[in-house]
Amino acid sequence: MSEQDIKSGPLEYRTENGRLAVLGFWIFLAAEIALFSTLFATYAVLYGRTADAPLPGELFEPTGTLIMTFILLTSSFTCGIAIHEMRRGSKKGLITWLIITLVLGLSFLGFEIQEFIHYTHEGATIQSSAYWSAFFVLAGTHGLHVTLGIGWAILLLIQVMKRGLTPVTSRKVFIIGLYWHFLDVVWIFIFTGVYLLGMVM
Amino acid sequence: MQLDEFFVTGEPLIYGGMVAIALVTSAILFILTYFKKWNWLWREWLTTVDHKKIGIMYILSALAMLFRGGMDALMMRVQLAFPGMNFLNAQHYDEVFTTHGTVMIIFMAMPFLIGLMNIIVPLQIGARDFAFPFVNAISFWSFFFGAMLFNISFVIGGSPDAGWTSYTPLAGAAMSPGPGQNFYLLGLQLAGIGTLATGINLMVTILKMRAPSMKMFHMPIFTWSSFITCFIIIFAFPILTVALALMTIDRIFGSQFFTLTGEGLPMMWTNLFWMWGHPEVYIVILPAFGIFSEIIATFAKKRLFGYSAMVWSIVLIAGLSFLVWVHHFFTMGAGAFVNSVFSISTMLIAVPTGVKIFNWLGTLYKSKIEFSVAMLWSLAFIPSFVIGGVTGVMLGMAAADFQFHNSYFLVAHFHYVLIAGTVFACFAGLVYWYPKMFGHKLNERIGKWSFWFFLIGFHVCFFPQFFIGLDGMPRRIFYIAPEWFTLNFISTIGAFGMGVGFAIFVYNIYYSFRYSERETTGDAWNNGRTLEWATAAPVPHYNFATLPDKVGYDALLDMKEKGETTFDESKLEPIHMPNNTGKPIIMMGILAFASFALVFEWVTLAAIGLIGTIIMMGIRSFDYDDGHYVSVDEIKRTERAARGLNDE
Repeated sequence: MSEQDIKSGPLEYRTENGRLAVLGFWIFLAAEIALFSTLFATYAVLYGRTADAPLPGELFEPTGTLIMTFILLTSSFTCGIAIHEMRRGSKKGLITWLIITLVLGLSFLGFEIQEFIHYTHEGATIQSSAYWSAFFVLAGTHGLHVTLGIGWAILLLIQVMKRGLTPVTSRKVFIIGLYWHFLDVVWIFIFTGVYLLGMVM
Repeated sequence: MQLDEFFVTGEPLIYGGMVAIALVTSAILFILTYFKKWNWLWREWLTTVDHKKIGIMYILSALAMLFRGGMDALMMRVQLAFPGMNFLNAQHYDEVFTTHGTVMIIFMAMPFLIGLMNIIVPLQIGARDFAFPFVNAISFWSFFFGAMLFNISFVIGGSPDAGWTSYTPLAGAAMSPGPGQNFYLLGLQLAGIGTLATGINLMVTILKMRAPSMKMFHMPIFTWSSFITCFIIIFAFPILTVALALMTIDRIFGSQFFTLTGEGLPMMWTNLFWMWGHPEVYIVILPAFGIFSEIIATFAKKRLFGYSAMVWSIVLIAGLSFLVWVHHFFTMGAGAFVNSVFSISTMLIAVPTGVKIFNWLGTLYKSKIEFSVAMLWSLAFIPSFVIGGVTGVMLGMAAADFQFHNSYFLVAHFHYVLIAGTVFACFAGLVYWYPKMFGHKLNERIGKWSFWFFLIGFHVCFFPQFFIGLDGMPRRIFYIAPEWFTLNFISTIGAFGMGVGFAIFVYNIYYSFRYSERETTGDAWNNGRTLEWATAAPVPHYNFATLPDKVGYDALLDMKEKGETTFDESKLEPIHMPNNTGKPIIMMGILAFASFALVFEWVTLAAIGLIGTIIMMGIRSFDYDDGHYVSVDEIKRTERAARGLNDE
């Protein structure tokens, strides 16, 4: 459908396929919102149902969570710069900032894994109570999304290095940018709804 | 693990099933090998990304599932025909009603309608394909493997037996040990991926790929209903995904979401299930409404009465569908206020539905009706569905529901809406669009036999159930009391009537393939109003050679008036089409393997399968296959042959 390709505007929107894929991904994110909402609702309903396991307030600690939040928010910012570099047509800038984003994402994951191991040692596992099941599945689903995003971004990095900035690669990078920001938004809800409330209540 | 823990043993009916599976499989393998069709099968079908072929595969699978679900139904009706019947034992009966419900909703009704949408929606809006043809193939194969995974449960491992709603704690690890329930969870999960992907795919297709200048409010009503259905899918299916995942984690990894220990909440499952489950019934009824609207307008030879009212009532029904889920468990103690809210929201759905009924009647009013088979199914739908709807409002009254709850009154109600709505629509839509798919019509005379057997069988089967229900017969029991004998016996006769109707329908497919006249024009019923009738039959793989510049409501009628066709030689250009690919079937096959391993809780094997799937996704990501162009010469040749024009 080359007749509908356009010559100006951001690279990722110039082909019809690019425009379709970006819209499709926005709709996919709507479905992801429904998915995370269900997990949040489950968490809210099971809140406080800890049986004999420790209470969340006893285990959550502000410093680690704040560091994780800071890292993830920064990675969203660097991801934004990566897209900005892409729009400027700088392949090198895109690659550099995408790698910085990935490193931040990986360190976030590292903190999260450490945190989960710590809770498990304290006697709060996915099996110990309904509350902890809901906690691990909610936070774990977010962590799994981050993991997948990192793997996906590495594949895209290779493609950008091999092929440069084409309508196809730029569309793919733009979409993973949307995905990464979305994960950030979800994390803000986890940070406030799970960690802050858990520490206060 | 012992072999007899893997295969289901000790049940003569299941041995029969195993023999049947072995015979059919080897017959298929033999025929494919003998006629050297393997290559053809792979090239033309298994690797296809053509929405029409994918749609046909959906419908074929759905017909097979209708047969399976129907056999389950007949087995239940035999068991319930006489008091003290010993055809099935309690365990087997539980398994049969569970698989009947699941197969019919998830693997029959939805795929059948999605199959019709696949074939028709792009044609109705003048598109050349789906927005994402590759994803469309993924969707089909995930449904197909999900259905297969669920279906092998009755010979391998054992069927689920906790009902299609799988209420916890009954469906939990403590009370339903073994792989049966895992088959349910993973079969549905696998198929659900495909449904969600189709919802997104179709929505982008409808939003972005319409013919030049076709406005949203010029779209044919079936496309509208598919579009709204996509909305429901996108917001309802993630809830099911989560619910199934939570129960899977509960059963396999010992978490406490729905358990009775560790402060789990079994009611959570019921809520989550119906937050998806109620919208789901509208996923299978709204496209059906669309199909009936198209058929009634065509065979009444009139413009659909109240087009915009139809569209808005679909929107309203879709919105309300998310707000009524508690009516599935009025008796579980939510309290008077909550019950009242959900009671009223439930009854509100009758309003837009009523609007639609009056619009269909308005279309029929003072029209010259042509009683073709497709039209008969549509006409029979209206009164039958009204019976289902009225009894639905009765059930919606929370106070009265304490009497109806879990009785055969309820069973009669939902079969009245689901069969008269969805199944009639599947048959009607298949008959109506059959010439578009295969280039010949189904035989009308045989079609009428099938219609009358099915329709009469349907009423004989389910109408008595309202009365047995009011008499106090509960659902899901496998022995009936002597005083329920007469009505149950009548009901069983009706069920066999429907079986005969279905058999005749299938025979009709074979008969018509052999003897029906081949189509020469695209507009098979001579009264087509929408774009799908503007292209040749069978449809070329690129759908449309050219389209007029202005496409409005009843697009084909306009084109006929202006003497335009979808083959304007002066405007031909090369058409870009995607290439076939084997990746979808391989990717989903590996995922199905992982799911199968997880059913038996072989976690390492499941993880290997999952990694394999992710590797396949990586390979796909590196695949820069740009498809190919269909040349102007080839378009000319194809169109001239299909339209019976002479070569110069």
